[in-house]
Amino acid sequence: MSEQPWLLEMKDIVKNFPGVQALKGAELRVGTGEIHALMGENGAGKSTLMKCLIGIHPQTAGDIYFEGKLIENYSTAEALKMGISMIHQELNPVENRPIMENIWLGREPKNALGLVDHKKMYEMSKDVLEIIDLKEDPRTEMRHLTVAKMQMIEIAKAISYNAKLIIMDEPTSALTNREVEQLFGIMRKLKENGKSIIYISHKLDEVFAVTDRVTVLRDGAYIGTENTSDLTVDKMINMMVGRNITDMFPKVECPIGDVKLEVKNLSGEKHFKDISFNVCKGEILGVAGLVGAGRTEVIEAIFGIRNKKGGEIWIDGELANINSSEDAINHGMALLTEDRRMNGIFPMLSVLQNISISNMKKYVGNFKLINHKEMKEDCNRYIDALSVRTPSINQRIENLSGGNQQKVLVARWLLTEPEILFLDEPTRGIDVGAKAEIHKLITNLAGQGKTIVMISSELPEVMGMSDRIMVMFEGKVTGILENRKDLTQEEIMRYATGAVDGKTA
Amino acid sequence: MSKETIEQSAPNGNQAADKKKIAIGILKKYGIVFVLILMIIGISILSPRFLSPNNIFNVLTQSAIFGIMALGMTLIITSKGIDLSVGSVLALTGVVAASLGQSAMASTKYFPNLAEMPLIVPILAALLLGAFLGAINGGLIAYTGIPPFIATLGMMTIARGFALIYTGGSPISSLTPTFMRLGGRIGMIPIPVIIYLIATIITWILLNNTRFGKNIYAIGGNVKAAEVSGVNVKKNIIMIYAYGSMLAGLAAIVFAGRVGSVHPGAATGYELTAIAATTIGGTSHAGGIGTIWGAVVGALVLGVLRNGLTLLGVHAYWQQIVEGMIIIVAVIIDMRKNAKKK
Repeated sequence: MSEQPWLLEMKDIVKNFPGVQALKGAELRVGTGEIHALMGENGAGKSTLMKCLIGIHPQTAGDIYFEGKLIENYSTAEALKMGISMIHQELNPVENRPIMENIWLGREPKNALGLVDHKKMYEMSKDVLEIIDLKEDPRTEMRHLTVAKMQMIEIAKAISYNAKLIIMDEPTSALTNREVEQLFGIMRKLKENGKSIIYISHKLDEVFAVTDRVTVLRDGAYIGTENTSDLTVDKMINMMVGRNITDMFPKVECPIGDVKLEVKNLSGEKHFKDISFNVCKGEILGVAGLVGAGRTEVIEAIFGIRNKKGGEIWIDGELANINSSEDAINHGMALLTEDRRMNGIFPMLSVLQNISISNMKKYVGNFKLINHKEMKEDCNRYIDALSVRTPSINQRIENLSGGNQQKVLVARWLLTEPEILFLDEPTRGIDVGAKAEIHKLITNLAGQGKTIVMISSELPEVMGMSDRIMVMFEGKVTGILENRKDLTQEEIMRYATGAVDGKTA
Repeated sequence: MSKETIEQSAPNGNQAADKKKIAIGILKKYGIVFVLILMIIGISILSPRFLSPNNIFNVLTQSAIFGIMALGMTLIITSKGIDLSVGSVLALTGVVAASLGQSAMASTKYFPNLAEMPLIVPILAALLLGAFLGAINGGLIAYTGIPPFIATLGMMTIARGFALIYTGGSPISSLTPTFMRLGGRIGMIPIPVIIYLIATIITWILLNNTRFGKNIYAIGGNVKAAEVSGVNVKKNIIMIYAYGSMLAGLAAIVFAGRVGSVHPGAATGYELTAIAATTIGGTSHAGGIGTIWGAVVGALVLGVLRNGLTLLGVHAYWQQIVEGMIIIVAVIIDMRKNAKKK
């Protein structure tokens, strides 16, 4: 038997979800004592691949070898025992309990009576915290720690499980530069001790700073693995985005009118700072950037549902004071939210109620009673116009497909006859056919002279639909680009990863 | 509506199977009505006295007080809230109303120098005081973010305390004859039942035909989405609790009229009966789902159960056990009905 050089080998991994193929033959090989970057655009399949690895979703096809042995049908608990730990992007600490109880949660050391042995737990916790150089008392409650330290605790936990492979999913998204340096220090130390790390990040400079090799995924497929030292920024971006824009985007040129909305030096409480831009009638402004760049937060602040710390919003040349969604709607604004389930639909309510909720004041008639007839007529008209597929307007919206739910939400806002539409990831999680329909709808709205601000993490969508593209990175605008014919995805990615920061118009 | 109803509208469906699915759909949606009918049939077979008009009106009268409270509770629970204070609010508004509605001949007058008031005075006092207490609940929930359970738990104790302070612990009785008329009948029909009916119709219209009603469903369905959609969530929450406690004030008037006096310890635990009736009626504690007809049926299930078991000679202690089981079973059935199909 030849010696197996890889600690982890994932071969030809396929993962099907109902209606979507999330992974189409992904590969990943990680050696012992290696820091390995896993790269790709949003939705490339990185998270899905990791979920297959740690046993959250078993893969549809393909094999996983760990320490040379084929592993299959295991739970996350079993993956942990084998030595595979994942540090999730969203940490879920038990905030009101001490560090040591968080580390040993579910496997607390016990004394002879079968009771928790706090003294032993304290000593054991001290030992692991020493490994990562964290000078905190293990009895400190988790909520007193910074996000960076909570992350360190997660790493300590992984060490306490004797992990051989630690997966870090965007660990630096909430860290300051100095904390990032500390994290890198610990990662290098772990590497010296023979641990391997899979490092998921969008930030190219970090990948170059700390990783040994890079594997790139795109649209669920394996693109390649390279030594980090052999790569350049351009080469890496090319591997990540190199695909063609299809005719998914029926962008029609339409006359662009006067400035409709102008945002001046808008700052939020923490997610963004000093944002300025304008949009005209009939214009589609695309907003590109990586997850966490602060795009959603900016439009939520403009729409009055997030606190503003400073800055002004001008509509039609007049200063607008918007402090609630009601104000925003009265100023002719509409917001199609990013997370349909969380703050878009009312799942158990009917299509009718979901469409009419924002426009209810129109239907209040005599004695303050609702005119249901008019409401139903409007609702049916929009269902036809947007070809929403539903058996009736009384159907609960949760029984509709994602694309149809999205159309219902679009109908909700069109019913208010808005002048300015904010669309946050308008085509996320919906199938290709419905996507093209929504793109067509957006273009038509711009053609009618509406002002559109569209956030999208899919570069082809941004480039296919927009007149101009605003790029954000870490809460700041790094560029507002004309959507020229020769604009490349690579160029946008350079702004979106902070590689270029030119506030050029 | 359930998944079955989508499939049922498919053009090539098998007709017999479709009919069966429709039948199952109706059974699921109106299951609690069938339960009520079965209960009525069962009890009237075992005790023919049950179906006499006199007894029927008895059941309705006995159900009216917690039935009226359940109407408000339906709005509150549909908005994903809860109100534990309505029993105490009934007591406080009740003693205040009674103190303003005493007859001139009363031996112990709360306001010795007060002339006999027209009936409208105690009624308005109870409704306004109720609405005010509810608005405090709603304001606490909307502006401090404390859970409805806690805010109304506090109000439950506070309102009860004020009722005790107001009365010094003794009941207020000797109400005016007009006040007492509220516990009587018009022809055959008991006035509490008429009041219950009117409150039901008004609340039904409020929930189904006004913007306020639509907002209640939206807030309970997804409060974040409601905020984004231009619903003034804070204002609506205050209105919801104010209305719920105003109905508790109305129930207090009915209570005072029937009993002829109000004790500061009155209506202890009534909030739980109102919650039970609402829950049996299919209003979901997960929010967004609730109907007024359900609240009425739920109140009648409890009313028929209590009356029927008494007629059958079942001991009061056992009645409690049966009632508790009915609540649990109703919610189990309801959760299955509303469970999202995977």
